[in-house]
Amino acid sequence: MKSEPSVRETLPEGLTPDRLRDMYYFMILTRLCDDRGFALNRQGKIPFAATCQGHEAIQVAAAFALRRGTDWIVPYYRDTCMALSFGVTPREQLMCLFARKADVFSSGRQFPNHYSVPDRNIASISSIIAAHVTHAVGMALAHKMRKQDAVVLTSFGEGSTSEGEWHEALNFAGIHKLPIVFLCENNEYAISVPQSMQMAVKNVADRAVAYGLPGVICDGTDPIASYVTVREAVDRARAGGGATLVEAKCYRAMSHTTDDNQLTYRTPDEIEAVKKRDPVPRFEAWLADRGYINESAAADLKTRALAEVNEATDWAEMQPSPTPEDLYTHVYAEGPLS
Amino acid sequence: MAVKNLLEAVRETLHDALARDDRVFILGEDVGARGNVFLITKDFLEEFGRDRILDTPLAEASIIGVAIGAAMAGLRPIAEIQFADFIYPAYSQIVGEAAKIRYRSAGGNTCPLVIRTPYGGGVGGALSHSVSIEALFYHVPGLKVLAPSTPSDAKGLLNAAIDDEDPVLFLEHKKTYRSIKGEVPDGKHTVPIGKADIARPGRDLSVITYGLMRHFAVQAAEELIKDGIDVEVLDLRSIRPMDRDAILTTATKTRKVLIVHEDNKFGGVGAEISAIIAEEALFELDAPVRRLCGPDVPAMGYSKVYEEAFMPSPERIAAAMRDLAAF
Amino acid sequence: MPQLGETVTEGTVGRWLKKTGEAIAKYEPLLEVETDKVASEIPSPFAGIVGEILVQEGDTVPVGATVCEIVEAGSSAPAASSSTAKPSSESPVAAAAPSAGAAGKERSNAAPAQANGVRYSPAVRKLAREHQLDLGGLAGTGRAGRITARDVVKAVESGVATKFSPAAQVAQASGASAAPSQARPAPAPSPAHAPVLAHAGDDDTIIRLSTMRKTIAERMTQAATTIPHAWCMMEADVTELSRWRDREKAAFKAREGVNLTYLPIVVQAVCRALKENPLVNSAWGGDHVIQRKHINVGIAIDVEEGLVVPVVRDADRLSLAGLAQSISELVDKARRRRLTMPDLTDGTITVDNTGALGNVASVPIINPPQAAIITMEAVVKRPWVVNDAIAIRSIMNLCLCLDHRVLDGAVASRFLGSVKKTLESYPQ
Repeated sequence: MKSEPSVRETLPEGLTPDRLRDMYYFMILTRLCDDRGFALNRQGKIPFAATCQGHEAIQVAAAFALRRGTDWIVPYYRDTCMALSFGVTPREQLMCLFARKADVFSSGRQFPNHYSVPDRNIASISSIIAAHVTHAVGMALAHKMRKQDAVVLTSFGEGSTSEGEWHEALNFAGIHKLPIVFLCENNEYAISVPQSMQMAVKNVADRAVAYGLPGVICDGTDPIASYVTVREAVDRARAGGGATLVEAKCYRAMSHTTDDNQLTYRTPDEIEAVKKRDPVPRFEAWLADRGYINESAAADLKTRALAEVNEATDWAEMQPSPTPEDLYTHVYAEGPLS
Repeated sequence: MAVKNLLEAVRETLHDALARDDRVFILGEDVGARGNVFLITKDFLEEFGRDRILDTPLAEASIIGVAIGAAMAGLRPIAEIQFADFIYPAYSQIVGEAAKIRYRSAGGNTCPLVIRTPYGGGVGGALSHSVSIEALFYHVPGLKVLAPSTPSDAKGLLNAAIDDEDPVLFLEHKKTYRSIKGEVPDGKHTVPIGKADIARPGRDLSVITYGLMRHFAVQAAEELIKDGIDVEVLDLRSIRPMDRDAILTTATKTRKVLIVHEDNKFGGVGAEISAIIAEEALFELDAPVRRLCGPDVPAMGYSKVYEEAFMPSPERIAAAMRDLAAF
Repeated sequence: MPQLGETVTEGTVGRWLKKTGEAIAKYEPLLEVETDKVASEIPSPFAGIVGEILVQEGDTVPVGATVCEIVEAGSSAPAASSSTAKPSSESPVAAAAPSAGAAGKERSNAAPAQANGVRYSPAVRKLAREHQLDLGGLAGTGRAGRITARDVVKAVESGVATKFSPAAQVAQASGASAAPSQARPAPAPSPAHAPVLAHAGDDDTIIRLSTMRKTIAERMTQAATTIPHAWCMMEADVTELSRWRDREKAAFKAREGVNLTYLPIVVQAVCRALKENPLVNSAWGGDHVIQRKHINVGIAIDVEEGLVVPVVRDADRLSLAGLAQSISELVDKARRRRLTMPDLTDGTITVDNTGALGNVASVPIINPPQAAIITMEAVVKRPWVVNDAIAIRSIMNLCLCLDHRVLDGAVASRFLGSVKKTLESYPQ
């Protein structure tokens, strides 16, 4: 299902001009955070960063399609925009990049972007690809057992859909009609492995039928189209209709992480072509077209976002790192034990 | 108090936990209508319903993964792996995820999960229904590993495991299910995790053991006392955390230690016990620490000949005890 | 009763399908059995006539119990019809296969023969150190005579063992593998036997005592005050021996690489005499005497600082050349301060060559926990009565101090006489 932004006359259920401007804000905030991360890495200040450039539209859309405070996300490490749109602050994002002791996700123990804020309904993840998908299913199971209203949305790349556990997760959710949305952000590359070498099917969504789930595709660079698709899946889950597999086609503009150099497996032309589909300026143009934003308002938002990111960077840089004594905390509830 | 076998003790404990706390639920293969392949959860489905006695697909990784998610969402799942030999696909979830959740979120997320599984040989289970797995898991910080050998301890430690805020691997020796009977306290009997039990006090040498071997060791000790050799048997019960104090106390008391476990010798739990004793009680020892264990072959075969050659017997344990006593 | 499930331990007889006296074919159903897992028809293992039924319907018996008898076709004796499969629990099967966990021979931790190199466990060393015990005096009850921790504890409790010998202190000084310093002085003597201490004058010199000297002082005091010494002496006419030695010594040196002195010859004679008089090779055990099996002869050797007494183990098994070699090695080690604990422990008697410095009579102090010490004095040419005429003969005095709790004069004299006789009979 795909929609040309210019065709839409009325806004979809749940979206208002203010919410649209908020979505736009989170997209530029994310872009600035991402760029900052790469910059800090190239400056030698942080060891590692990963961006979601190319994914911003689907991620902000997914966050807005969910109910804050009720629904849960179980994201993966490329979901910076989703996290920032779902309650993570720029300070918290920079803290994890700097691996500070007060890092709210893991106190500097995890790689960057391994979000975990249970108070804001963001579940803990690890670096093990697809390991979180069965967790998300377990959470949805718990919600259903307790007759809670909550929907779980879990996201992952197309590479994750090769893991056996991913299939086990969809199978389980399908059997029990669980209130969960499986969101695949297909950016066509798993590090250097292109989709053609990752799976025999053309679309990840084609796999859904094997698990008794509806599988739908949307343009992951179009925030409105993405919102509509994810919203429909969320509503279905909330109404007791079970799970959906949503595949958002997007692209990855940058290398996998700061430790990767995508020029070793992609041509500069391909990367240039892909960057032309940048969702952020495209959305700004769409908003301007529709009169939801004008130039000076856009500039204000950008200024505000930059100020936030600058403040967050300066602040996080000043925070203390963990100490060697911190090694032993939180092994067990009672302490390290023998 | 009533006399029950280990299986009945586990069953009763699970039943009472389900009745007491509606966050508790059981998931695994064949736990529902079949009532578990050893009938541990027989009739639970009728009593507690499909939601709480959940038959899962044949997919161990997701049995644990889903359980982890449910635990993170505030429930108290008791996941069953039908035989310990089938746990390997779930290793990533247990070791890579469950054990790390508290640590990796600096306490923000917790995983109060119990994983139950039958292990061990002596029932003709052959290569894939007889293994011991504790050595693969007790190494992992963040995970607890329990191996009770008596019905009373099975109840007590299972209750403790269910109450525990961290993931617990609960190992049930399948040979002890029906063959070991004992007094089981009524009600919510609990045994603290990390405390060993002196199965038999003695003076001349110490056997440190767990699981089925505890019973064989006590049996062997009852033979040896007729010849005036008084053997102390220490049942670890808890493999991780391990009761270092009890280990060092018994080593210091008798000065001679024989470790007995069914699991393969190399890199088994006995190696860690030996290291602890060597590090902290070397100058109390009157003899090298000995280990009598399963041989270093992949598993015990189907023929009775293989099984009996693999598993330490009361006779072989007695011989090893005598040998150490005479050193 | 067959085993009908992996963990089943008992079975209930449901229904007998045959009665006593009925014929039954092999594999024909004989009875129904119920367990808590399954209910099964059990086929008969034999063909024949059903005999006595031993378990009634509804009764439960353990796996392996006999449930009925069948008189096999062509036999008069009933065959018990129980499961042919042995229950997998607890039946003692002699394992033909190598014993579990014993793969890979245990190596150096098998207890060694005491003679090959004594090893003390950490507990033994620790206890010995705590109680300042000389392990050399202890009997071991462990495998191959190993001294166990229990032996040490018993020794402490019964007051048998004695404190460290000066030799042990030297072992430490010479870098031996003894446990860290246990060089603590023996407890001070009781007030009734307090030593008289001298005071230095202005132009006197104070000589500080080395650890070795301190230990020697303590040990000698203890030996002298706790062991009732008795002394006797015999004179040995070693003229022939002396002449034999003169003839032999060059060839011996060339062949064996060591000098043929009187010392190994005397040690050999002592060993022979001990075999004839084993009581001399003993130790006082408080309320018993311990007669030693091994003959480990301590050789008193002068070193710069004082006296050490390394031990030739099982000296009775060595030839003259062997003795000469061993003694030479020990002397060398002693002089180079290379003696180890095993070199210095487990002596059962001591030989002291006091004659080397010209003595003709000595009253030595016994080396506890031994019961005797022998000195060989200088060989001196004397006018002697031989066959009622005066001749010039080479005479060596032999002195013996004995622990009078263990030995009497008679035993001692027989022993010493035997030594004398051996020396006087050279060459055999």
